[in-house]
Amino acid sequence: MSLRGGLRLDSHKARPLERPIRGVPPPTEIALALDQGSGEESVPVVKAGDAVHMGTLVAASAGAAASLHSPVSGIVREIAVRTTLRGSGRCIVIENDGNDRRAASLAPLDWRTLDEVALLEHIAAGGVAGLGGAAFPTATKLALARAARADLLLLNGAECEPWICCDDGLMRERAAQVVLGAQVMLAATGARRCVVAIEDDKPEAILAMESAVSAASDARIEIRVLPAVFPLGAEGALVTAVTGREVPHDGLPPQVGVVCQNVGTAAAVARLVQDGQPVISRIVTVTGSGVREPCNVEARVGTPVADLIGACGGSDGPELRHIAGGSLTGRILQSDTVPVTKGLNCVLVATSADLPARGMEMPCIRCGDCATVCPAGLLPQQLHAAARTDDTAGLVRYGLSACIECGCCDYVCPSAIPLTARFRTAREQQHLQDMERRRALDAKARYERHQRRLAEQAEAERRAFDEARRRARDSETGTD
Amino acid sequence: MNATTLLPAVGMAATLAVVLGAVLGWVAARLRADPDSLVEKIDVLLPQTQCGQCRYPGCRPYAEAIARREADIDRCPPGGEATVHALATLLDREPRPIDPQYGVTKPPLVALIDEDRCIGCALCLPACPVDAIVGAPRLMHTVIKSQCTGCELCVAPCPVDCIAMVEPAAHAPRTVNA
Amino acid sequence: MTATTGQPPHVVAGITVPRVMFQVLLALVPVTAVQAYLFGLRPLLLLAVAGIAALACEALALRLRRRSPQPFLRDGSVLVTAVLLALAVPPTLPVPLLVFGIAVAVLVGKHAYGGLGQNPFNPAMVGYAVLLVSFPLEMTRWPAPGAGWDAMTGATALDTLRTGLRQSYTMQEIFAGPAFGHVGAAGAEWISLAALAGGLYLLARRIIRWHIPAAMLAGLAAPAALFHMIDPGAHATATFHLAAGATMLGAFFIATDPVSAATSDRGRLFYGAGIGVLTWVIRTWGGFPDGVAFAVLIMNLAVPLIDRYTVPRIYGHAQR
Repeated sequence: MSLRGGLRLDSHKARPLERPIRGVPPPTEIALALDQGSGEESVPVVKAGDAVHMGTLVAASAGAAASLHSPVSGIVREIAVRTTLRGSGRCIVIENDGNDRRAASLAPLDWRTLDEVALLEHIAAGGVAGLGGAAFPTATKLALARAARADLLLLNGAECEPWICCDDGLMRERAAQVVLGAQVMLAATGARRCVVAIEDDKPEAILAMESAVSAASDARIEIRVLPAVFPLGAEGALVTAVTGREVPHDGLPPQVGVVCQNVGTAAAVARLVQDGQPVISRIVTVTGSGVREPCNVEARVGTPVADLIGACGGSDGPELRHIAGGSLTGRILQSDTVPVTKGLNCVLVATSADLPARGMEMPCIRCGDCATVCPAGLLPQQLHAAARTDDTAGLVRYGLSACIECGCCDYVCPSAIPLTARFRTAREQQHLQDMERRRALDAKARYERHQRRLAEQAEAERRAFDEARRRARDSETGTD
Repeated sequence: MNATTLLPAVGMAATLAVVLGAVLGWVAARLRADPDSLVEKIDVLLPQTQCGQCRYPGCRPYAEAIARREADIDRCPPGGEATVHALATLLDREPRPIDPQYGVTKPPLVALIDEDRCIGCALCLPACPVDAIVGAPRLMHTVIKSQCTGCELCVAPCPVDCIAMVEPAAHAPRTVNA
Repeated sequence: MTATTGQPPHVVAGITVPRVMFQVLLALVPVTAVQAYLFGLRPLLLLAVAGIAALACEALALRLRRRSPQPFLRDGSVLVTAVLLALAVPPTLPVPLLVFGIAVAVLVGKHAYGGLGQNPFNPAMVGYAVLLVSFPLEMTRWPAPGAGWDAMTGATALDTLRTGLRQSYTMQEIFAGPAFGHVGAAGAEWISLAALAGGLYLLARRIIRWHIPAAMLAGLAAPAALFHMIDPGAHATATFHLAAGATMLGAFFIATDPVSAATSDRGRLFYGAGIGVLTWVIRTWGGFPDGVAFAVLIMNLAVPLIDRYTVPRIYGHAQR
């Protein structure tokens, strides 16, 4: 079963793949955002003035934030608010001394000797996070899968969004690492099979991965080729395309026996056990008509985006826009000093030719094209009508919470309605309203307890009064 | 038109009226919504500030009054427009603006006790319907910000007028984090 | 580097409302051409009048509603309404009546409800229905094909069929009459063919989807075939119904008006089928020779109900 709806788009991936992955020299100043893309901040364990080496732990994991390690050796200058991918956020700023001295504690590991729990702890200590963009701690995700006894490890090599090709480059050049990572993750979760899903517009990557799998002689790992449709790489859509099962709306893939990981994350796990190196760098696609030499680059986390563009020949052209991510779900960057995070997969330096302007917004003509392409099976025209009138019940009824904000409906709308933006706003408002509702219910519970307490107090007083009166009467009759 | 055609027609119409009326009545009785569950549904939509601005002693009495059609749905300023709309959708009535004689909708505020002026009289403690004020006689009183619903019932009892309603962001702790 | 605020997605397909409307107008060219061939230049005159009147009414309505005329005047949707109405009425219709019909369609059928995207009823059919009940004589007189526009006007094939059946002629006898061609009405069946061609073009260009036309044609053909099988003498064949009157025009151009149609694909199947069945019912047992206009309007009424029960299943949820 393939994807419901979806779009076939021009991929724009050929040019960066003509060149091999290029290294970006580490900058003089590294800015490690405490929020690497998951929405939560990790907790700093260093302060200004501390000396760090390559691989030293600088921030401990907390909730949805993985642990963070220094990508260079040097001194911590400060922990301050800087411009980041999300607008602004606290960053650990490290001055690079240029020596790249490695921390003493890091060493390669014979992962086959470790049991599942020890492996998961090791992965957590390595700061491995979802490199597909969510930057959620990989060890936590794998532990959840292990607890749910998930049977299938699904590696996401689909990379369905236009312009992004870092996973393609990774699979072409480092397929063996991806396979090793898969084996380690299989061992850590106890899953019995692994499927690497790759879209059919990446024949070289498919070939490289197939060779790597046969070289590893691991019958548990299988390569599955899927049609190149956007957004087949979204987690829910991918699980359904590969297994035929749907992830319940209020649940996660382990509930249907699957755990998804990006191929980049698998490669990071492999590097961790092979070299002992925690996650301190990642592959980023630098592309767009505004870049002279579009290319996949490997950059240390915390490098300013400007350095990446510089390593690709610099930018050139009028009216450039910098986008973090692809052309459909990427975020416009206000500045190119923004540092690389674990969740950044692409820097798109776009000219107006790459991003044709949107027309003026007109009323919805209910053509239904949006519903035809929606991968979640929603009726965006109805959601739009409900969002316009703040009809909360309608938004719930038509399933606003199931919207994955892929942008397909926007893309095809003849009336140029910014549907995705409207839905995002509506979801935020819904979230606030839900929180309000929960506060109100909490207040109601406290009020009821308050009333009960007053009633009990009154009852106790009455009983005490009755008791005293009884005793007074008794003593009266006694003395009488 | 004579009696022979008129009588059967009238008779048939009358019979139909009686039968259909009986059917409708039976269906209405069978499908009647449980009144208690309606009150519950209304109560869930109210903001639970228990402030009494609607002239009822709490949110639940107001919900009961709405269910009895004694009170209209436009009396809750803390709930604001959103609550009116939600009630209107639930009860299939017309939404309307908040009636100004019951108050105006204000942005969310919380109570803040000026600790320099508080005399520890404990008169505000029982006034709070959700027990959000911590304290005891002759000991410092303080409002727990996260539990304050902004109902303003504590402001009046205070004899030294040391309770103010402020924006939640201004309700900062006095001690500085280490 | 320009700092712009832009929300994702940052690319669009480039489809616009004027482009969609233009394709629809393009698809109506064959029908216009056949009508001009059969009835002379008058249909073209009506088209021109209708177009101008529609634009004028739209401008007036926008002024009254205090909206800026751009971009609505240029989006072409009112032109589609005008062309459809002009093609649906007999070519001998006096011009003032057509203007009146256009005014009703645009002012009442479209703008009284809120303009583009808000009309619950198909505006062209609103105009047609009002004209039909206000001026039944002028609206049911079609000229014999091939003659000039001031020749004797006669009845359509559907009208002849109805009158003939009422007078207890059999189908075979009626069909042998001069008003009938190979499959349906003489001459008029070519209009249906042209409409079919235009409709297939729109399908190929993905301007319309197959659900409504297929459902409507099936909904019309099925009872027709059934009843013809039961009583061939008293009911026309399915093919006749498909080729007669405004069936093809209705299936591909009128019923497919997205604003007044049902929302989901499944809903559209019910909607189209309903129009088909109602068209057949009105043609067979109703008071008007052609039922497409009223069938469409009646099903427009049913759309909120259809929508309520045909919400598609959302990913990750069980069927509601």
